[in-house]
Amino acid sequence: MKARYSARLISLEALAAALFMVFLFPFFIVIINSGKTPFEITQNPLTFPADWAQTLRNMATIWTSPNVKYSSSFLSSVIITVASLLLLDVLPSQAAWVLVRTKTRLSSGIFFIFVASMVIPFQIVMFPLLSWFRQLTVLTGIRLLRTYTGIILAYIGFGMSQSIFLFHGFIKSIPREIEEAATIDGCRPAQTFYQVIFPILRPIHATVVVLNGIWIWNDYLLPLLVLGKGNKVMTIPLAVSNFAGAYVKQWDLMLTAILMAMIPIVVLFLVAQKSIIKGMVAGSIK
Amino acid sequence: MKRKAKHGAIFWIFLAPVLVAFILVIVVPFFLGAYYSFTNWSATARAGETLKLIGLANYAGILKAPSFLYSFLITVVYTVLNMIAINVVSFGLALLVTRALRGRNVYRAGFFVPNLIGGLILGYIWQFIFNNAIPSLGTALGIPAWANPANLLLAKSNTALLAMVLVGTWQYAGYIMVIYVAAIETIPHELIEASLIDGVSAWRRLRSITIPLTRQAFTVTLFLTLVNSFKQFDVNVSLTAGGPSVMFAGRPIYGTELLAMNIYNQGLRSNDMAGGQARAVVFFVVLVIVSVIQVAINKRREIEL
Repeated sequence: MKARYSARLISLEALAAALFMVFLFPFFIVIINSGKTPFEITQNPLTFPADWAQTLRNMATIWTSPNVKYSSSFLSSVIITVASLLLLDVLPSQAAWVLVRTKTRLSSGIFFIFVASMVIPFQIVMFPLLSWFRQLTVLTGIRLLRTYTGIILAYIGFGMSQSIFLFHGFIKSIPREIEEAATIDGCRPAQTFYQVIFPILRPIHATVVVLNGIWIWNDYLLPLLVLGKGNKVMTIPLAVSNFAGAYVKQWDLMLTAILMAMIPIVVLFLVAQKSIIKGMVAGSIK
Repeated sequence: MKRKAKHGAIFWIFLAPVLVAFILVIVVPFFLGAYYSFTNWSATARAGETLKLIGLANYAGILKAPSFLYSFLITVVYTVLNMIAINVVSFGLALLVTRALRGRNVYRAGFFVPNLIGGLILGYIWQFIFNNAIPSLGTALGIPAWANPANLLLAKSNTALLAMVLVGTWQYAGYIMVIYVAAIETIPHELIEASLIDGVSAWRRLRSITIPLTRQAFTVTLFLTLVNSFKQFDVNVSLTAGGPSVMFAGRPIYGTELLAMNIYNQGLRSNDMAGGQARAVVFFVVLVIVSVIQVAINKRREIEL
């Protein structure tokens, strides 16, 4: 009985390993072809490169090429992601806290509207958003299209409901007594939140940061509309799609650009695999 | 209780930033958009200047445009195929990685990886695989049919749509797998052991224990795969860009243009913002109806159990 069972497990292990390789095969293709010259890649996309150092040369080409603008896009992507993440962590957490702790019809009404807005697909707001941002600029003088301000504001608007929802669920489970003790000790409400509650929210901070981080870093349509093509401020997906559209496909450099776009996320995933999987899945189950 | 104490200063101070963002980014554009869909709004006209109400003309225009009907149909086909493929694959993967395999954590991570990378980039990778790697593999294996440019998956609209399902499944299966894994791991061990002692076949165990006890997960996974497939845009852009073209209702149109891309193209490529907006409204309504129906059906099924 036991021998038969383990024989079956071995075959399942082999199956899983085979599927694992199938799933990662596309990335393998990217890696081997990033190390090739244009001639090599057209000759055979399935062999190892003759000289792996070509990968570094291709990377240097992508990084410095004025046509791809990869280095500036990388910087812009980092700025947009980090700023949006900070704001999408702090603002929704404090909003969720007052929404949980204020038990009124207005408060639950606001929460309900936030949650209901999560079904709104980006497509229905994207065109009016553009003309509305233009009008806002006329009214206030603050440029929103093609700027960091505009895209970060947009990310807060589109990401806040889900973040508030996640914080809300967790804060509900925190006993009120903790806060009351702080209030008796003379803490003002804002102090109570930032010194007592905010640190307790750690698991949800992680979920919110992971969920929004992966979304914003990879997002294509929102930057395409708000930042536009050929702008000074570009994100990595925009830079990659510009590069793909601008030439007869230079696959050696395209795949290098793709490899460079993947490296930061994959490294992060290797470091914090558990919390990333948990965060990404927890976000949409609830 | 004093009324004032109910919504203290802190309530409004903490809520103000998100309320402002919500109004500026969601509320105003949402209602503006609904309004614009009944006007002759265009990208070039300044809002307010020449804006005229034209009633349902934009919606009537949708019915006359074969491209929207076509996009709608292929989006339904894509969504159904994608839902089936993703859920079958991911459930299978979940069954596999919940066994006592040595490398199960590594497998789980590996299956999840495609989901970390944006759809845009995934689409480009697969474009290279379909257009370059597979033909060259055909040559290497001595299968000239694979190397024939006419046989490329992306060369015909039907097979290109299947290619999109393949990429969509690869992209999303690992993610859905995690949800199934979590559900399978909650099944009490005694049940499995009892079934093993009774000599119940694996198939029977799957049908009588695993599937019924993970029903709840299906509500989530079917909903997620439905909505995400219906909204697919990034992979569409990078893998097929909507092509190749086909003849439909006597007109040449994009052969793999899903709804999200159809809306985008109508608004910005054809410079018909009002028409694009009307399509977006239809898209939104369909999405809401389908989601509500699906959640209702699944909830009822859960209660029955």
